Amino acid sequence: MMEIGLNHYLVLSTILFAIGLVGVMRRKNLLLLFFATEILLNAVNVAFAAISHYYGDLTGQMFAFFVIAIAASEVAVGLGLLIVWYKRHGSIDLDALATMKG
Amino acid sequence: MFEAIAFYLFAFLTITMFMITVMTSHALYALTALAAGMIFISAFFFILGADFLGAIQIIVYTGAVMALYAFGMMFFDTTRELKEKQGNKYIIAGLSILAAVLVVVIFAVPMVSENIVALYPAIDGVGNTQNVGLVLFTKYLIPFELAAVMLLVAMISGIVLAGKKMDLSITLMNDAEIEEENNKKVLS
Repeated sequence: MMEIGLNHYLVLSTILFAIGLVGVMRRKNLLLLFFATEILLNAVNVAFAAISHYYGDLTGQMFAFFVIAIAASEVAVGLGLLIVWYKRHGSIDLDALATMKG
Repeated sequence: MFEAIAFYLFAFLTITMFMITVMTSHALYALTALAAGMIFISAFFFILGADFLGAIQIIVYTGAVMALYAFGMMFFDTTRELKEKQGNKYIIAGLSILAAVLVVVIFAVPMVSENIVALYPAIDGVGNTQNVGLVLFTKYLIPFELAAVMLLVAMISGIVLAGKKMDLSITLMNDAEIEEENNKKVLS
């Protein structure tokens, strides 16, 4: 109980990942959908850092860095696309995006 | 002892903040709760001895990403109440937990099934930042450069998508054309 091991961190990572998935499934506004994806990436980062610490291997931290870099570029491109979409349609709801639905 | 107290405290705070982010119907509350949750996540990195990662987490997420999202919120008029999809809550929760457990199994199975030998073990006697630098600039140099190119692509695409009048080149136009362009009503 008082000794924090790898399993504690993996369980915490699972809980955070589940919260992020609930957000992805229930959000309709695209900006808040992006928030949920950030939660997913952070949950995976916690798991990477914990495994890196408990095995004395720095590879996990390296991958966490690359995940952060990719998340930053994802936000930049995603917000640019959202601005273009908002200028054209006046809303960023997912329902307005479903025009290609057959 | 203190590690356990810190772990449980920050786990509780992080889960609470992310639940607020996911469940609230105000975009502003979601943004501030997400920023707080990011800072609490960095506490785990400090507990785990990954000091540099924790600092990068605070700088990049709460500094850069949250500023971008705040800009986006000012642009998109998200102050009104948000409508949400009303699906079956039990199906959503069950699928989420199933998928999350699957992710942890994907992580955990290689560790259980074989004895892991550290490929790049941390060198004793030097700090975490120095260790990270040693590994990042030797073994992971090419992914590092590719991440730099990726960030450059993201910057250029962000400027092109969000900027106005990117199809015009002021250096290639003469004065009359620039004057005409200035007098023209800006469409967007």
